[in-house]
Amino acid sequence: MAWRIIEGNQALAIGAKLCRPKVIASYPITPSTHVPETISEFVADGELKADFINVESEQSAISACIGAQATGVRTFTATASQGLALMHEMLYIASGMRLPIVIGCANRALSAPINIWCDHSDTMAERDAGWLQFYAENNQEALDLVLQAYKIAENKEVLLPGMIAIDAYTLTHTFERVDVPSQAEVDRFLPPYKPLYAFLDPEKPITQGSFGTPEHYMEFKYSQQKAMEASKEIIDQVFKEFDGKFKRRYHKIEKYKADDAEILLLIMGSMSGTAKDAVDRLREKGIKVGLAKFTVFRPFPAKELIEIAKRPKVLAVVDRNISLGHKGALFSDATSALASMERRPLTVNFIIGLGGRDISPQNFYEIVEKSEKILKKGKVEKELEWIGVKKEMIP
Amino acid sequence: MIEETEFLAPGHRMCAGCGVALSARIAVNTAGKDTIVVSPTGCMEVTTTQYPETAWRVPFLHVAFENAASAASGIDSALKMLGKRENKNILVFAGDGGTFDIGLQALSGMFERGHKVTFICNDNEAYMNTGIQRCSATPYGAWTTTSPPGKYSIGESKPKKPIARIAAAHCIPYVATATIAYVADYQKKLKKALAVDGPSFIHVLAPCPSGWRFASDELIEVSRLAVQTGVFVLWEVENGEMENLKITKKIPQRKPVEEYLKTQGRFKHLFKPVLRKDVIGQIQAEIDKKFERFGL
Repeated sequence: MAWRIIEGNQALAIGAKLCRPKVIASYPITPSTHVPETISEFVADGELKADFINVESEQSAISACIGAQATGVRTFTATASQGLALMHEMLYIASGMRLPIVIGCANRALSAPINIWCDHSDTMAERDAGWLQFYAENNQEALDLVLQAYKIAENKEVLLPGMIAIDAYTLTHTFERVDVPSQAEVDRFLPPYKPLYAFLDPEKPITQGSFGTPEHYMEFKYSQQKAMEASKEIIDQVFKEFDGKFKRRYHKIEKYKADDAEILLLIMGSMSGTAKDAVDRLREKGIKVGLAKFTVFRPFPAKELIEIAKRPKVLAVVDRNISLGHKGALFSDATSALASMERRPLTVNFIIGLGGRDISPQNFYEIVEKSEKILKKGKVEKELEWIGVKKEMIP
Repeated sequence: MIEETEFLAPGHRMCAGCGVALSARIAVNTAGKDTIVVSPTGCMEVTTTQYPETAWRVPFLHVAFENAASAASGIDSALKMLGKRENKNILVFAGDGGTFDIGLQALSGMFERGHKVTFICNDNEAYMNTGIQRCSATPYGAWTTTSPPGKYSIGESKPKKPIARIAAAHCIPYVATATIAYVADYQKKLKKALAVDGPSFIHVLAPCPSGWRFASDELIEVSRLAVQTGVFVLWEVENGEMENLKITKKIPQRKPVEEYLKTQGRFKHLFKPVLRKDVIGQIQAEIDKKFERFGL
């Protein structure tokens, strides 16, 4: 290992390099562009023995990864926003074909209006695509999650693709101190990729990408769901093994001052740092607030959430996305997971930071203030609240 | 014509008299065992790979409609990295939709990047898998379900996109046209295409009895007439030298196009209830112009 000062995109690129993918197919898109740039330099310098395909679209990037992974090699690509949306069709195909491709996504808002800044709309729009989803709080997590994602995705009980989501600019373009493991350390953690079922070998000809009739299609989807369920256990195992080797412990949901909290914030991504800071200050004032950060969103860690939700009286779910016509994605999934609880906490949804709108500690003070009122009244009057929206600007 | 081992097994679900089936069979058997077949979504893919069965005795990959060329690019790279690239063919069988229209961007990318892939377009001149809708490969005057003749329509109103010339404009090592009525010519071209170190493209006219409205035993006759009337010209371009376009099947005495059009129900509105001499004349004039322009 070695300490390095790198940006989030470099963390993804270095993480990918350490996993020794054989084929990288990529198409540049802001703010993810530094990932393919960095990887193409690794390949040009011989630091990474791989074929780097400069494709003509994101759709071809993921398609070339599917072709390569189906041939029997480890693959990687990176994208964001519109690029991920252009991959949409192929994301379902990659997971349906059980190809453990890993991609790095810079979380960027979706058009229109066109916007290059952060929110989680892009990856949330793909939450049903059958991909494992990991969200990083900082650049260290970005790098570490790439290593762990490959190990989880390639597990024979799982065989599902995975995406690591890192926030646009806040992580992609921000330099932080990152502990970069050595190649030897990573090699001891992640063995070379050996395809179990997916290969294109004339000596053992198989057909991949079959036509599935109503007689068989449903079993494929059932198997994918079973793999998602099985991955919950594998994720825990891999996180534990990673901790043993690298001394950094990941959890599907990371708790912060949550154990005695009456108000618990549910958070994802880089805003967790700001939220933790806000929690500290509010604690100084005697407010019993804590937070729970979702590192894993797919599979959805329902069991862990139910455990965490037993004590707090109010869950304030902070979503950096909105499913227009309903609520934030985390809120929807969290409340559906809590439905089976006998005594569930009050739940309220806050929409924040869309299209790169800055998220400050003040935003969290406001969220907690609103949550305190709910706590006092014992009921939720307004389930969906927008934080920091300039309503006076709307005609 | 057919090798000892059939790599496209009988018992697939393609129609009797399907030009695509015959083209694929000729091509995969010419390429042999060490071949990986890639196909976009289309007639051939849905009729040969119905789970849990497959008609393919070589490795086969289908991903989606628009991206066969990108998937094939990934295979090319992966084989290289595995040290298993030598002596292997990557053969794409795409329909006209997956080549002319939705697959064109990916195809252009694959050509430009120089992947060693032989891309075969089995052209049956409409979206047959979805039920005979027009595409940019549909010829002028043809009936399809989305270019119906009517009071204000003579059928398809646009000329066919010159896909092989578009491919050749990429200056790739080998581009040819072929059809299943001239098997020796097709096989010779396949061998050349498979031998070059880079992308190759063969545009195969593969008539569709169901969509063109002719009897399934007339497949070869219709394919031959396409060449004899000059509707479809058999040529090749080697080493990316467009100026050295070579006609591989010379037609000293072209038959009138009417003879070709008459064989197919998709053109019957040009003959009945009124003989559309104007439209047929225009189709003939376009062919004559093509022959004059290219000095055929």
